[in-house]
Amino acid sequence: MGLLDKQFEHSNIIITSVDSLLNWARLSSLWPMSFGLACCAIEMMATAASHYDLDRFGMFMRPSPRQSDLMLVAGTVTLKMATRVKRLYDQMPEPRYVISMGSCSNCGGPYWEHGYHVLKGVDRVIPVDVYIPGCPPRPEALLEGIMKLQEKIRNESLAQRPQPKLVGELV
Amino acid sequence: MSEIRTEDMVINMGPQHPSTHGVLRLALTLNGEIVEDVVPHIGYLHRCFEKHCEAMTNYQQVVPYTDRMDYLTSMNNNFPWVLAIEKLLKIEVPERVAYIRVIMAELNRIASHLVAIGTYGNDIGATTPFLFCFRDREKILDLFEKTCGARLLYNYMRVGGLSHDLHKGFAEEARQFIKEFRPTIKELNGLLSYNKIFIERTARVGILPADVAINWGVTGPILRASGVKWDLRKNDTYSLYDRFQFDIPVGTDDVGVIGDCWNRYMLRMREMEESLKIIAQALDTLPEGDVKAAIPKRIRPDPGEVYVRTESPKGELGFYVISDGSATPFRVKARAPSFCNLGALPEFSRGVMVADLIANLGSIDIVLGEVDR
Repeated sequence: MGLLDKQFEHSNIIITSVDSLLNWARLSSLWPMSFGLACCAIEMMATAASHYDLDRFGMFMRPSPRQSDLMLVAGTVTLKMATRVKRLYDQMPEPRYVISMGSCSNCGGPYWEHGYHVLKGVDRVIPVDVYIPGCPPRPEALLEGIMKLQEKIRNESLAQRPQPKLVGELV
Repeated sequence: MSEIRTEDMVINMGPQHPSTHGVLRLALTLNGEIVEDVVPHIGYLHRCFEKHCEAMTNYQQVVPYTDRMDYLTSMNNNFPWVLAIEKLLKIEVPERVAYIRVIMAELNRIASHLVAIGTYGNDIGATTPFLFCFRDREKILDLFEKTCGARLLYNYMRVGGLSHDLHKGFAEEARQFIKEFRPTIKELNGLLSYNKIFIERTARVGILPADVAINWGVTGPILRASGVKWDLRKNDTYSLYDRFQFDIPVGTDDVGVIGDCWNRYMLRMREMEESLKIIAQALDTLPEGDVKAAIPKRIRPDPGEVYVRTESPKGELGFYVISDGSATPFRVKARAPSFCNLGALPEFSRGVMVADLIANLGSIDIVLGEVDR
């Protein structure tokens, strides 16, 4: 235990609220699903690799939705992929969070106008917690987005947990 | 045991699978652990590239969309597009522009191969090479970022020129990179290429004979690993590639056999060394000049058609452009190497184990943005 080892005379008691304890545990080990869609996935990989090192946030890529808390939608969501993204989201256990990374998954990005096969924002199929702009966002931007999500989790309450809502409908 | 009959099982690999390098679905027909058949299903990342070319208001606006085709090698994607339009317009670019384009394309080739090698190691089960490769890739990205402001999608080349000149001190930084990178190749060779476990997993696995490769239109490192010395930089030279001294590596049979996964992997290692040679030569003879001088204000090529192909890190990348004399192309067709290379996957994956299929798929180094466009 390092620092805390043998520091207390009697049995250890910490007084805190359930909310802060749960939130602290949740935000300190957000396991994202390793799920790359397009260009942004390369920046996501770069963030997870040696230079930016996602591990220091307690984040560790999991290959299965059943083991993950966070879905990083990194890239263009096409109409063919949208139903699969929805299914993957449904397979994740609660509490689950979604970060929409990059312009494409925020709103369609450069494919907004003429992309006949591109979903105009992933928030039409799954609820999104944090949006990160950029095409693609820099790894620093992704880290900032993750910290924003941690901040959001820190302020959650078991009693009244706001449910993120869908913005539109899959057309 | 041989008389026990089992039923084939059809199972989906993907579209969400860590080893499919994006959103590819492979329908596998399995007999136990043996892959009887593979059918790739694509289209999960179809981003309407060809339609966008026709919908833009001018030819320059297409450049960022070429970036997003093969997002690991954006510079190499810009290259054939600008060459094609310059051929339609019949304009010559200044020497300096051509030199910078070659340097950028080769740097980006190294960056792309580093991702291919790193993720291939990851697929096979070695995590460390992935981290090493991304560490060195960041150095190239830093060079790009200083020059054109972007890390991944550069939008750097313009019809007739470049968006920015090189930043001050680029040549020194690039030379420093070459100096630092040569030992890294040795390090990677020791760590992965000649690693006993890695050789066991990849050598003599997924052998693609040269004639089958040619029949399927396979190009790039995969064709060369099958023993065919075919590189458009030499065989159908474009831009300034005829001025530089470099070799075309082909598959060898010293570790595995020609055309196996190990050769496909190793060819990329060898190509990175050749790219370093080209960059070093180009830096030594880089002329002065203005990179924006020849950019035409108004691009309206005469009616006609053109096909320009270049050697991207994945293979032959070509654009077929038809102009009707207006400010936008009438029709654009992209010949994407990843798409054609993926087509040959079932040919050398029938009869292998499922784990070897991962090795086969990783060794093609597909990028789904380019497969689906």
